[in-house]
Amino acid sequence: MSESSNPGRPVVEVRDLSKSFGLLRVLRGVNLSVSSGRTLCVLGPSGSGKSTLLRCINFLERPDEGAVFLRGERVGVSRSTSGHERPMTDRELARMRTRFGMVFQQFNLWPHLTVLGNLVESPIYVQHRSRDEVMREAEALLEKIGLSDKRDAYPSRLSGGQKQRVAIARALAMKPEVLLFDEPTSSLDPELVGEVLSVMRNLAREGQTMIVVTHEMGFAREAADEVMFIDEGAVVETAAPDRFFGNPATPRVRQFLQRFA
Amino acid sequence: MIANLWTVLGEWPELATGFLNTLWICALSGVLSLILAVSVSLLLVSGRSTVRRVTQAIVDVLRAIPFLMLLFIVYYCLPAVHVRLSRWTCGLSALIFYNTAYFAEILRGAWTHLPHEQQEAGRAFGHAGLGLYRRIILPQILIAAGPVLGNQMITLVKNSAFLMVITIPDLTFMANQVQSIYFVPLEAMLVAVALYWLICSSIEWTVRRMDQIALVRGHE
Repeated sequence: MSESSNPGRPVVEVRDLSKSFGLLRVLRGVNLSVSSGRTLCVLGPSGSGKSTLLRCINFLERPDEGAVFLRGERVGVSRSTSGHERPMTDRELARMRTRFGMVFQQFNLWPHLTVLGNLVESPIYVQHRSRDEVMREAEALLEKIGLSDKRDAYPSRLSGGQKQRVAIARALAMKPEVLLFDEPTSSLDPELVGEVLSVMRNLAREGQTMIVVTHEMGFAREAADEVMFIDEGAVVETAAPDRFFGNPATPRVRQFLQRFA
Repeated sequence: MIANLWTVLGEWPELATGFLNTLWICALSGVLSLILAVSVSLLLVSGRSTVRRVTQAIVDVLRAIPFLMLLFIVYYCLPAVHVRLSRWTCGLSALIFYNTAYFAEILRGAWTHLPHEQQEAGRAFGHAGLGLYRRIILPQILIAAGPVLGNQMITLVKNSAFLMVITIPDLTFMANQVQSIYFVPLEAMLVAVALYWLICSSIEWTVRRMDQIALVRGHE
């Protein structure tokens, strides 16, 4: 996954993104760009704004300032034929969100649906794709994450690691252009982290475009094409993993990494 | 007593009519008030505070008055303002509206306990508006509220006995007919009680099944 293998327009681009909750400025002018097939890991201390950044990318939170682009299309703002801009309606936003796959820290599987039901829900009822095709693909995805035997189980019957693997498959079932991971292993028991990371590592290897907010340094070092460090809502440093972990440019990153050494 | 019981059972066509009337009155009221309650619960969580407050006030008033009182109001007071309805319409609509208030309040309560993340996951996967409600929110609310709705259904069955005061031939009314013809109150009422018990324990059995479902398919 060299720099030169993916020229052209980035899949996701964020420009000067800012967001406040009341008086608290959570994000201060964040910029980022992820090209097709690449994995960006976002690191930073707790409360640095990482999760809010992710939630602003698919507009689960509406940013106060700045812009997000998905393959050059502005997210959250539509432009009429006369060139007039207005905020997207809920329905327009919802349609756009299907192009982002999201994986939550707390899994947030739908408990009333089976594992298979969770996978096919949006492809069938939001994207209106053919039921047969969606079912076939969902079964293949379950096979891939090694949970075919759980297809008819309800989420309450799964372990945390299994839930998160299903949540990843649910996101993949929509054939998203980019996957957004919000601390996908942070609420797992330590012995269950490995199975989730290995699924994610395979996705990165297969060329799935991903933005991963995480605390897993090992994963970032191995699987990321680029690592971004955020502190107090601002980007401190963005670099290739070798450079980021081997020879960070900023004292703040050096100090952060020391705690994990 | 045995002889009296035979006399009462000899009138089985009367009792069967009453039993069947009670059954369909309750089933119809239950289904219609659930459908109405789903819509009313949407008003109870409406973003418009006027809509929300007015609906909540109506629901609260309905829940605060005894069912018999509501029945009297509909049956005796509406004609005073020149609204004339048949006794069947009066009885059924009173039962349905009364029960809708309870069902709607139960659904509203279940909605407020639904974790916010569930709706958020729905939105992240492209659901919005009514689709989000129908596919993600409503099923979870119904599963969570199922057992409580079932208990309210039992209350509805018992409230339906009041319909006899406006001469609707339900189970209580028919049992009373039989006892007044032969003057065998104990035996007639025993049979009626047994039949009410049959209806209510079937609902009770369903409630326990719904408890099981909520355990597996409810949110944690």
